Amino acid sequence: MKYTEEHEWLRAEGDEVVVGITAHAAEQLGDVVFVELPESGANVTKDDEIVVIESVKAASDILAPIDGEITAVNEAIVETPNMVNDDPEGDAWFFRMTVADASQMEDFMDEAAYKAFIG
Amino acid sequence: MDRGGIGQHRKMLRAVPGSSGGSGGRVTEFKQTPLNALHRDFGARMVEFAGYEMPVQFSGVMDEHLHVRSEAGLFDVSHMGQVRLAGAAWEEVALALETLVPQDVLGLQDGRQRYAFFTNEQGGIEDDLMISRHGDELVVVVNAACKEADLARLQTLAVSISLESDQALLALQGPASVNVLGPDFDDMRFMDVRNAEIAGCSVWLSRSGYTGEDGFEISVAAEDAQTLARHLLDHPQVKPIGLGARDSLRLEAGLCLYGTDMDAGLNPVEANLAWAIQKVRRRGGDREGGFPGASIVLAALKDGVHRKRAGLRPEGRAPMRREVPLFADEKGGAQIGFVTSGGFGPSVGAPVAMGIVADSLNDVGTRLWGEVRGRRLPVEIVQLPFVPARFKR
Repeated sequence: MKYTEEHEWLRAEGDEVVVGITAHAAEQLGDVVFVELPESGANVTKDDEIVVIESVKAASDILAPIDGEITAVNEAIVETPNMVNDDPEGDAWFFRMTVADASQMEDFMDEAAYKAFIG
Repeated sequence: MDRGGIGQHRKMLRAVPGSSGGSGGRVTEFKQTPLNALHRDFGARMVEFAGYEMPVQFSGVMDEHLHVRSEAGLFDVSHMGQVRLAGAAWEEVALALETLVPQDVLGLQDGRQRYAFFTNEQGGIEDDLMISRHGDELVVVVNAACKEADLARLQTLAVSISLESDQALLALQGPASVNVLGPDFDDMRFMDVRNAEIAGCSVWLSRSGYTGEDGFEISVAAEDAQTLARHLLDHPQVKPIGLGARDSLRLEAGLCLYGTDMDAGLNPVEANLAWAIQKVRRRGGDREGGFPGASIVLAALKDGVHRKRAGLRPEGRAPMRREVPLFADEKGGAQIGFVTSGGFGPSVGAPVAMGIVADSLNDVGTRLWGEVRGRRLPVEIVQLPFVPARFKR
């Protein structure tokens, strides 16, 4: 598992990555009440704002961590947004995407580095 | 505008604290209330609010909100300003304050409280406040962010003014509140005020609040605030509640937040607060006018206004937050209003909002469109409040 400074996790599955937000981010956001996901098939560029997540408190954006094509999105979290609080690093994954440029994966943190990052 | 006004209020997830990100830790440069240490003991997440370090949440906004609706919650509102007005006689004090507010102050009975607001020369609202009569004196409770300006405003009056900065203010809210305080307080009606002793602390309290629930607001000496708060929190039905749930509770209750749902550019009729202006201060009343902007406010009461605050219920799941522009149609047309506050209503189980809407479209049941992230989503004008008030009348 790799982690971004934007509190996303990326898990490699075959040629693709599955992306979600970390337990730390979910805890900080508080009760998630609304999630808007990108369209499956969309081509995205690193740092595009592709997900909107709203907690009781505020709206936040999630950025595309890398360039690639969205190949699947998790409709279950749209139906039941509080899954993001209950199981952020498991069932509440956000989307799956292809990796257009493998070198972009090299910048991310491993678990130990992310733990240090969040203090 | 391509993204809707909400853009500026959205945050990247990178704003979540990390060691190289936000503050993440303690905020120390702000004023503290007498309950600061207690909040930390109860695991609060602290934020800055109106220059004070305040708890935004304890167990979580959703949980706290629902707990207040079902049992009772304790809020620290000590950041608000408590100001005492005294003079030679009640008439002198009451009539002095009437020069700043459009309310009937003189008619306030001893031991009663009333909602009021300061107006400006344009008829706009400078702050809203609760006023209570204590014998021949008045105590007014004003918003933290307006405290200095309100104090300056009050000091122009020919009565004695003192900011009671050594008083804390707690709010106990929820249907179990009277059960927590005990049967001695059961006979108080909504907006009654009295002196009492609770847990050995001398207090004055009112049966009022900002959640739509039954409850009490309790003024206590700063040095006794911890003792009182811990006594109340010892009760199994009471949980500590942060500012996050305070906001969602008052929104569901259809109550205005100063600086958000009303401000210096909106008159009381536009803010849908005409109910709070008593007959005696209106045209034809015994003490008609005589407050800043009276001619404008009285004309608005008589002739109506072109825009007014309304309740808004987004039809989908996406919350419509502050500054979302409103339109009459799904496509095109001029903007006809905007959201002043909005979010998810935990008790409603759906998004709720309030906004200013052009009078021509401002009827319950009318469908409007709110532009969220560049897309127009349907929203219906509804009666306020979203959750019925459960005051002890």
